[in-house]
Amino acid sequence: MTTIVLLTLLYLQISPPKDVRVFDTPNDAGGSITITWESSPDAEGYRILRMALPDSVYTPVDWVDAATKRYVDKVEDGVKYRYIIRTERGSAYADSEPTDEVWSHGNVFHRGRTNVLIGVAVYTTLLLSFIYFAKRGKKLFVRKIAGLDAVDEAIGRATEMGKPVLYIPGLSTISDVATLASLNILGRIARKAAVHGTRVIVPNRNPIVMPVCQEIVREACLDVGRPDVYREDDIFYITFSQFGYTAAVDGIMLREKPAANFFLGMFWAESLILAETGASTGAIQIAGTDAIHQLPFFITACDYTLIGEELYAASAYLSREPLSLGSLKGQDWTKLIIGGLIVAGVILVSFGSDWFLGLFSS
Amino acid sequence: MRRQLPLAICFVMGVSMVVQFFIPHRVSQEFYRTILDWYRIVFAFSLVLGTGTLIKVHWAKISKKSKGWQYSIITIGGLVFMLAVGFITGIQEGTLFMKIFEYVEVPLEATMFSLLAFYIASAAYRAFRARTVEATLLLIAAVVLMLGRIPFGYYLWHKIPGIAEWILTNPNMAAKRGIVIGVGLGMISTALKIILGIERSYIGGGK
Amino acid sequence: MNLEKLMRIDRRLIFLLIALAVIFPLLFPIGLPTHLSKPVQDTFNAVDSIPPDGPPLMLSIDYDPAAMPELYPMTLAILRHCFSRNIRVLVLSLHRAGPGIGEMATTRIAKEYGKKEGEDYVYLGFKPGFGAVILRMGEDIHGAFLTDYYNRPIGEIPMMREIHNYDDIPLVICLSAAAIPELWMMYAGSRYHQTIAAGVTAVSAADYYPFLQTDQLVGLIGGLKGASEYEKLVNELEERLGVDKKRKESLSKEEYEKLQVSHSKASAGMDSQSIAHLVIIAFIVIGNVAYFAQRRRKR
Repeated sequence: MTTIVLLTLLYLQISPPKDVRVFDTPNDAGGSITITWESSPDAEGYRILRMALPDSVYTPVDWVDAATKRYVDKVEDGVKYRYIIRTERGSAYADSEPTDEVWSHGNVFHRGRTNVLIGVAVYTTLLLSFIYFAKRGKKLFVRKIAGLDAVDEAIGRATEMGKPVLYIPGLSTISDVATLASLNILGRIARKAAVHGTRVIVPNRNPIVMPVCQEIVREACLDVGRPDVYREDDIFYITFSQFGYTAAVDGIMLREKPAANFFLGMFWAESLILAETGASTGAIQIAGTDAIHQLPFFITACDYTLIGEELYAASAYLSREPLSLGSLKGQDWTKLIIGGLIVAGVILVSFGSDWFLGLFSS
Repeated sequence: MRRQLPLAICFVMGVSMVVQFFIPHRVSQEFYRTILDWYRIVFAFSLVLGTGTLIKVHWAKISKKSKGWQYSIITIGGLVFMLAVGFITGIQEGTLFMKIFEYVEVPLEATMFSLLAFYIASAAYRAFRARTVEATLLLIAAVVLMLGRIPFGYYLWHKIPGIAEWILTNPNMAAKRGIVIGVGLGMISTALKIILGIERSYIGGGK
Repeated sequence: MNLEKLMRIDRRLIFLLIALAVIFPLLFPIGLPTHLSKPVQDTFNAVDSIPPDGPPLMLSIDYDPAAMPELYPMTLAILRHCFSRNIRVLVLSLHRAGPGIGEMATTRIAKEYGKKEGEDYVYLGFKPGFGAVILRMGEDIHGAFLTDYYNRPIGEIPMMREIHNYDDIPLVICLSAAAIPELWMMYAGSRYHQTIAAGVTAVSAADYYPFLQTDQLVGLIGGLKGASEYEKLVNELEERLGVDKKRKESLSKEEYEKLQVSHSKASAGMDSQSIAHLVIIAFIVIGNVAYFAQRRRKR
């Protein structure tokens, strides 16, 4: 009897969670409902109770600790539900009011990504506009990139010496944009080399990149009317092992002594090992990567280094095609806009205004 | 047609993936999951393709008795041997496969990586000369960082690790962010050019 | 002439001195003490906050044997931390050469702490596809890995019954020598709001500091120095929890000392790294002294 009285007293002392809200989880594929509440000071934890209509019984779904104020429940789309959040402390408990009816459905637009959509739209519009102007014959100025001006010199040197050119398209996969940029440059370099009848050796670490490289070089040779220059065996797969690959390429550099080494694409810790070995053979070396922490190594050991975005600009720079050059201009203008936004953000946040930051969060 | 078809596939898939990013609906997620599964399957097949070319290139070297053909025998022999051992003994701890991994591959790869220490030393010696004000700043930053990353730096002056941390989190980060913004835009621009077919030298096209 | 020589020291001499600087401290340890840095302490705290016998820590072994000298001591220290606090661990690898390392590390440390495979830890093994696998696990880990490393169907593993996606994983630690932590941040972090920490090689550590500031990483263990700091924290924790005392009582003196050595591998390596750094600094100084002396002479 005493226990019952004590329990009743305890029950009376416990307060239920307040301000319980339920809503269909926003920006999701459906199948979930979010419940939020203001915590109760008495809670040791909360039990989530759910009733699927037209049932009339609440069944426990889960238990969460006292610090939790938000719960995402996995449910069936289209079915209506009601919830109760129960404060629990030992064997005592207190229930919240049942929530309104709620049901879940999949969303067709992710509202949290509206800012990304606007950014993509602005950037794409700028790029396409500049491409359009370039197509109509507008002259576009592009600053000098020493590393790319040296490409002709490097290939010429290889031709004079009767030595091959070594091209490393990075160590990453085909889905890495740096690899794609590198493959674009390979097309230009293979074309120039084919004109002079110079061999291009392309050892690969990635088995998907390899056949793409073969196709690029083969097409380049065909395009300039020198199919005889193409040697399929010069473009081969070595191994997926990072340092196994590095050892093999070092071996090629020491045995074949290429007159020019190109390291363009994504590189990791092997960058300096490759570049230093190349430097020791006396080859002219041109590197380019967007892997920032490898840039110091390339700058130290190579003759020319394309820094970050210069790698992406290289194909346009080498081809001088107006369409590609137009996209470079678009990039520059977008950078200017981003610079402006950063300055505006710094000023606004410094003066205590946070709404500007909110524009960029998801 | 040989070029138009890949370009069309690239355009359709590129646009679909961009649109998919903004649609959280189940259909869109299913589509995305299917693409991810396809990618994994294609990747697995590409390993077969890669191994095939590896064997082809080395087999040609052996049959033509090209320079260094003996090494090609080791390459193909090693490949077949590891494959056989893996199938026969399994790949758990304590098996022959794991022993070869631990006592052959691990030391070989670690040796290659360790070359970095030697090359960093020789490159640092060559590159870090106080020729200009900028080069001097770079040199000082490098020395402070090197000291800050070892216990000795703390003994020399207890504030050195803090200064090293400051260099990493302030000037280093500022420069890096500048490059990263450019890289990010370059990536989108390259991707867009590929999707729209403006850049097509990756399939052997372009002038 | 001498200055000319100092300006162009044969690189083989540099290589030799670096080799000596690395080998000698390994043979004759100096025992330089370790000082803690915030990113490592934060990683330790993030792991420590996982409740015992609850949802597991996901440990992704995304490196190859080449990076083992720096990253393997980290792997062992993290596993020791988890097992000494009874935190469950879900180990996997996205790197082709990672599964062997994962198997080696988990089996050894689990045996040392008497942990059961399938209940206290699960080893999923390797799955190719990097970002694709990370994304797939966000939807369904059982869909990404149909079996574990030992070919046991995931559904039959007791520990995996409660684990379906990142909602059931309080923390992911990615150990990598490449850019795989960025994939974890990009896909698991941005898309699924997964908490992530990383352990990387010293050469790429500088690359990850921006992500600490933006909270995309809750902690960072950088290179051998970071590993030695984590090791120190775990050793101190084991002393506090009495794990070390129990070990001392149950093992023979030789066995105990052997374990002590393996539990301080990173700290021992720091001696070599310290001396190597000093040698490099000495070469930079020599090069500059010769450069300035030569310039003065030319004037």
